[in-house]
Parts: sequence; structure tokens; C-alpha cells
Amino acid sequence: MSGANGTYPIDRIRRDFPILSVQVRGKPLVYLDNGASAQKPTAVIERIAKTYETEYANVHRGVHYMSQLATDAMEAARRRVRDFINAASERETIFVRGATEGINLVAASWGRANLSAGDEIILSVLEHHSNIVPWQIVAEQTGAVIRVVPVDDAGEFLFDEYEKLLSDRTKMVAVTHVSNALGTVVPVQDVIRAAHARGALVLLDGCQAVPHMKIDVQALDVDFYVFSGHKLYGPSGIGVLYGKESLLQAMPPYQGGGEMIDRVTFEKTTYAELPFKFEAGTPHIAGIIALGSAIDYIDAIGFDAIAAHEHDLLDYATQQLTALNTVDIVGTAKNKAAILSFNIREVHPHDVGTILDHDGIAVRTGHHCAQPIMDRFDIAATVRASFGLYNTRGEVDALVRGIHRVQEMFG
Amino acid sequence: MSADLRDLYQEIILDHSRNPRNSGEMEGATGEAQGNNPLCGDRVTVFVKTEGDIISDARFVARGCAISVASASMMTDIVKGKTLDEAKAAFDSFHGYLTGPDAPQLGEEDELAALMGVREFPTRIKCATLPWHTFSAALDGRADKEITTE
Repeated sequence: MSGANGTYPIDRIRRDFPILSVQVRGKPLVYLDNGASAQKPTAVIERIAKTYETEYANVHRGVHYMSQLATDAMEAARRRVRDFINAASERETIFVRGATEGINLVAASWGRANLSAGDEIILSVLEHHSNIVPWQIVAEQTGAVIRVVPVDDAGEFLFDEYEKLLSDRTKMVAVTHVSNALGTVVPVQDVIRAAHARGALVLLDGCQAVPHMKIDVQALDVDFYVFSGHKLYGPSGIGVLYGKESLLQAMPPYQGGGEMIDRVTFEKTTYAELPFKFEAGTPHIAGIIALGSAIDYIDAIGFDAIAAHEHDLLDYATQQLTALNTVDIVGTAKNKAAILSFNIREVHPHDVGTILDHDGIAVRTGHHCAQPIMDRFDIAATVRASFGLYNTRGEVDALVRGIHRVQEMFG
Repeated sequence: MSADLRDLYQEIILDHSRNPRNSGEMEGATGEAQGNNPLCGDRVTVFVKTEGDIISDARFVARGCAISVASASMMTDIVKGKTLDEAKAAFDSFHGYLTGPDAPQLGEEDELAALMGVREFPTRIKCATLPWHTFSAALDGRADKEITTE
């Protein structure tokens, strides 16, 4: 396997992902849609099976052996997540269905309790719809106002404009850590510092950051951080909300039900301690346990190696596509992570996607649930290649050959 | 290049997408509707002009893929001069062609035959049917209601 980083164990890594040996219409799968969802290593797949085969029951309920095993495995996974993002305590590590639910939880619980008419929520034009719509809902309910940080033509977060938007009215800054549509890495450390100087809280959407870089929520001093397990080589239907304990303690519950209660009577219900206060209902037990295995898998390779490998792929792909004079790369920020959005002149992204698919190449085409940033660039859609720890330069070459075929067809 | 892909992007489709017929807004339309595919952000606006029972003109403005633009272009060609009933029947049969269980047997002379390659691409059928749904809404005077494929 070619690549600048010769020691990266790419062959072994690829063998760890069974789906990568599947043929698509007689051709090897070239999976470049990791930004939408990543594939799963055998360790994760087997952990799910092992849970159901040998240690499954409902958690935090039974006095019996199996319930205890499942509870222990789930809570071990919680500690694993806590370490992974360096949260101060497991009480700050809440399992949700995914990042979307995490943002909705904060917007609904913190937002309704803390926002009032005239308060401001700052978002950026880079946001995924899931970090826009929950805030619009709570803004409508409370009379809060949404302000939007613009980007420049490269897709860079305009920090000066952000500082101008910050005021004493700002109560929440909710921005993405890495743009899912363009790959822009937002200078979140500075964003957080500036927000805190104004007394505002910060929520980061970490979906596209967590698979590519080490996250340390304490070093960031971020107030809320959300991510989804399925983009992190873990199962779908499980995600994490990190929140500072003092904030979570003060927030009302998001959903009511089992597991989140202390004592229920028809006169008054008292709520469970963190993190269970926010985990109503039976959780995705096997998903949580297998998310722990996904984190083990990533940690065994290490973020230094993963980031170096993915940067090499991004640089190589950027060079190769830049050399094609009919391709326009959308998003050319200096600091990007593993995402390359582009358009082929005169060809709609969906047509590109269909033709690439015929060569077994999976890319995302469309607006990537980020219509405001598409509007910013006055485009309807892009083709997005997003890289993961198992992709290769050879797969970038396959993408380039596919683009040539698109050009032949539409030429 | 596979046969499926050649069928999808045959020359007549590429021609209609590059040089769409009846593209642009219409003065004095008697009906107009907007279509929207929320999954991909594609949009089409269809304008119709009826005189009595006859569709005297049909035009469209689209921001979409080759399949949706070609489908809109071919559709506007086909429905012009038809009666309302004939146009609705054309919509029903086109929809049936693309979504029915069996491939239709269409003659070479049937312009819609060129779009039958879409049958092999389930994710793209909405691209071909969106202009027709929008046209149907424009005829019904449902201009206040946006049509979506979802």
C-alpha cells in the first residue's frame, strides 16, 4: 500500500473490517462515505454478538446474575468513554441515541430553563441541520434570537465576525468542531475562551471531529460536547452527551420514564442521580458496550497514527483533484479533517454519485444536511469524499478514475 | 461502462439535460407549482397555460440532476397540446412505467422510453418523477402547496 506513512499497518487494519472485502457489482468496495457513517471492525461486531450470547439482560434493574453482568459491561463502557474524552466523571457522560438527540436534550432541557426573550444563541453557517433546528425550536418557545457566524470563501470560520456577535445577550454558542460538509476545523479553543469571557456557554457538535483527533473536554473547557458512535466505528443508535456536572445537575430531565427516577408517587417524583437522570428507558445496552470496543480499537492504533494517515489521504486527494481542471473543491480552509467536498463542472452531484457507485465507489452527494452552507456557496449540493482510518491512496486513485469516467460520459 | 449506466445516461437524456426544452419562466401562466426533493435539495418550478381543456404551453425552471432536468424537458414537450385528461393519463402511465413491477414495453417512438433506464436505479426514480408530480400540482392549481417527494 502506498502512502507517506509507511509504518501504518493499513493491510491489517483493512482486514479488521469485514465489509471492505465485499464486492460491489464485481468491483471492490471503495468506501469514502465515512462522514455519513463509518464501517465496523470485527472487534465491535463480535462484541455485540458476545453481549447477546453471554451477558445480556436489562441493566440497573435486576438482582440476577445476567443483569449484573450487563450492567457491569455497560458501566465499564461508560468509564471507557469518560477516559476517551477525558471527562472528569462518569456522571458527565450521558448515553443518548446520537449527537442529534444530545443537542435536542441540551436545547430542550437547558434551553427552556435558561433562555428568555431577547437572549441570543450563536450558531455558525457551517452547522448540520441537527445543530440548527433544535435551537430554532427552543428559540421559538422562549423568544431567544439566533445569530449566525459567517465563513469566508474558503469556508473558514470568521472569528472576528464571531467576536462581533458576542455580547452580554449571548447565552449559548453552539457550533460544530469540524464541518461535515466542508471539513473545516473550527478554532474551538478560541471560540470557547471568547464565549466564556462573555458568560456564555458552548456546545460543540463533535461528530466529525471525534473519529479523527484526540478530544479532551477538560482541556477545551467546553460546557457540552456531543458525538455519535456510528461515525466512530461503533454501532448506530448510540451517542454521547458530555456536559459539565454543575450544568447537568441544574438542568431538568429531558424525558421521563424508567431508570431516570429516584422515587415515583402520583404526588411527586424525584429524579435519579447523574448520569441516569437523562437516560430514561432501557438504553441501547449492546450498543453502549460495543462503543467501548470501538474506542479500544481506535486507541490501539492511536490518534497520532490515524491523523497522520488521514492527513496524507486528504492532501493526496486534494492534489489529485486540484489537478483535474473540471473539478472545483468546495471548502479550502487551511485546517481540514478528512473531508473533501467538490463539484464537477456542468455535472450534478447525483449524476456523479450514480456513476461512481457503478465502480463500487461510495460517496455522499447532496446538501449533507447543511443547506445554509450550500446556500453560502450558491450551490445545491456537492460530492463529498470522507476518509476513515482504513482508506488508502489506491482508493483515492479509484475515485480519480471514476471522475474521469464521469467526464467521458458527460464530456 | 455497464449497460445499465449507458441506459440511464443515453444520448437523448444527456441532450435534454444539456439543452432543456421549454426552460425558463412563463408569462401569464394559468397554473404554477414548486417541487422540492428535500433529500437532495433539488427544486423544480413548473408553469402551465391552459386554454379551455387544452394545455397550450408548459415550461419549467429546475435546479437538479441530469435525470430530473431531462425528465422535465421531455415532459413539457409531451404535455403541450394535450387535453387535461390526456395529460393526467400521461402522468399516470409514466408513474406506472417507473414504479410498476414489470418493465413496460415502449416503442422506440415513445420519447419516455429513454427514461426507462431509471427503473434500474431505485434511488433516482424520484429525480424522474418530481417534475411530473409538480406538473400535476400546477394543473390542479395547488400553487400554494409545495410538492415534495417525501
